[in-house]
Amino acid sequence: MANAFKFELVSPESLLLSGDAEIVTVPGAEGDMGILANHAPLMTSLRPGMVSAKLADGSEEAYFVRGGFADIAGESVTVLAEFAVAKKDLTKEVFAEQLRLAKEDAERHEASGDDEKITSSRAYLDQLTHLESTLTTA
Amino acid sequence: MASLKDLRNRIASVKATQKITKAMQMVAAAKLRRAQSAAEAARPYSQRMDAVMANIAAAVGDAEGAPRLLAGTGSDQTHLLIVATAERGLCGGFNSSIARLARDHARDLIASGKTVKILPVGKKGADVLKSEFGDIMMPSVDLREVKHVGYSNANDIAQQVLGMFDGNEFDVATLFYSEFQSVISQIPQAQQIIPPQLNEVEEADSASTLYDYEPDENEILTDLLPRNVAVQIFRALLENAASEQGARMSAMDNATRNAGEMIDKLTLTYNRQRQAQITKELIEIISGAEAL
Repeated sequence: MANAFKFELVSPESLLLSGDAEIVTVPGAEGDMGILANHAPLMTSLRPGMVSAKLADGSEEAYFVRGGFADIAGESVTVLAEFAVAKKDLTKEVFAEQLRLAKEDAERHEASGDDEKITSSRAYLDQLTHLESTLTTA
Repeated sequence: MASLKDLRNRIASVKATQKITKAMQMVAAAKLRRAQSAAEAARPYSQRMDAVMANIAAAVGDAEGAPRLLAGTGSDQTHLLIVATAERGLCGGFNSSIARLARDHARDLIASGKTVKILPVGKKGADVLKSEFGDIMMPSVDLREVKHVGYSNANDIAQQVLGMFDGNEFDVATLFYSEFQSVISQIPQAQQIIPPQLNEVEEADSASTLYDYEPDENEILTDLLPRNVAVQIFRALLENAASEQGARMSAMDNATRNAGEMIDKLTLTYNRQRQAQITKELIEIISGAEAL
């Protein structure tokens, strides 16, 4: 039995999940990471992707998040997401909407000619497309 | 003196008004509950955000190269006042108290030689401020079609504000809204959001949490600061929504009570007059009979 720690997932509109977790996986800016109890304090921004948690009662929760960051302190982990939706509620329509938004962003950034923004929005779009393929196959 | 028929009409019309105010009060009460729970649901996020912001800001400190959104432009010549009010009236002093606070603020700034721009969110505040500040006002943000304020609404406003900031159109942004205390008390607030005013991190707190940052402080900060603006605006909009319904509820409660009092008074006058008329008729009949 692994040590449990406090895990919270919040979006601007609500507190989505709050409970004790054994392991939480977040899509960090520089790669996915699994967080166990007593992790060193770390702050990371998030790529769009899935946040999943194995809770102390054995159940598993997964959420799709976009934009945000994770605040990891020794005894608690908080994920602040600009947009979050539970995996079971993540229908094709919701995902298509996200994809559309991402595409719009990308086009706007292309037009602005700001290299940094173009790369980031392209990377985002790639991620979403990749995510879509993994989700549809699963 | 009003005739009996006039009085009857009057009573009927006041009763109709009372029915409307009563209905509005009940609708406001229902909406208030929803607005209040929305405001409460949003609280954890903004609290966390504040904590994280304070943490990182302390880590980055006043170092050179701190983002402009945190450190400011180094000047405070041009002020942007974001005035968030309701789209509808009939809610007591709600709109006018926010507008009054913003107006006083604007007057002070103008008197001390600053340039002021006003971005009204919601039609009612714009209406109040138009006469005095019409020439420095931007087109108001229209939320009339929005039933429940969502984060995306706040984000749209934030993007507009940030765009202006990047275009060097202002140095300091202050947000005006009404904080929801209770149904009978809403307090108009002025909050500076650019550059943000952060709570000082307690010494013990900052020493105990030596964070690693991924990618690094500055990059997180540049990602975080615009988001913080949106979160602050979102919070203000939610507080406003709850305050508006609370103010409307108590205003309509008063109106219903006043209408009730008015009906009582009118009914009394009506009954007196009717009695007087009956007495008069009786006297006429009796004196006619006596004369025979």
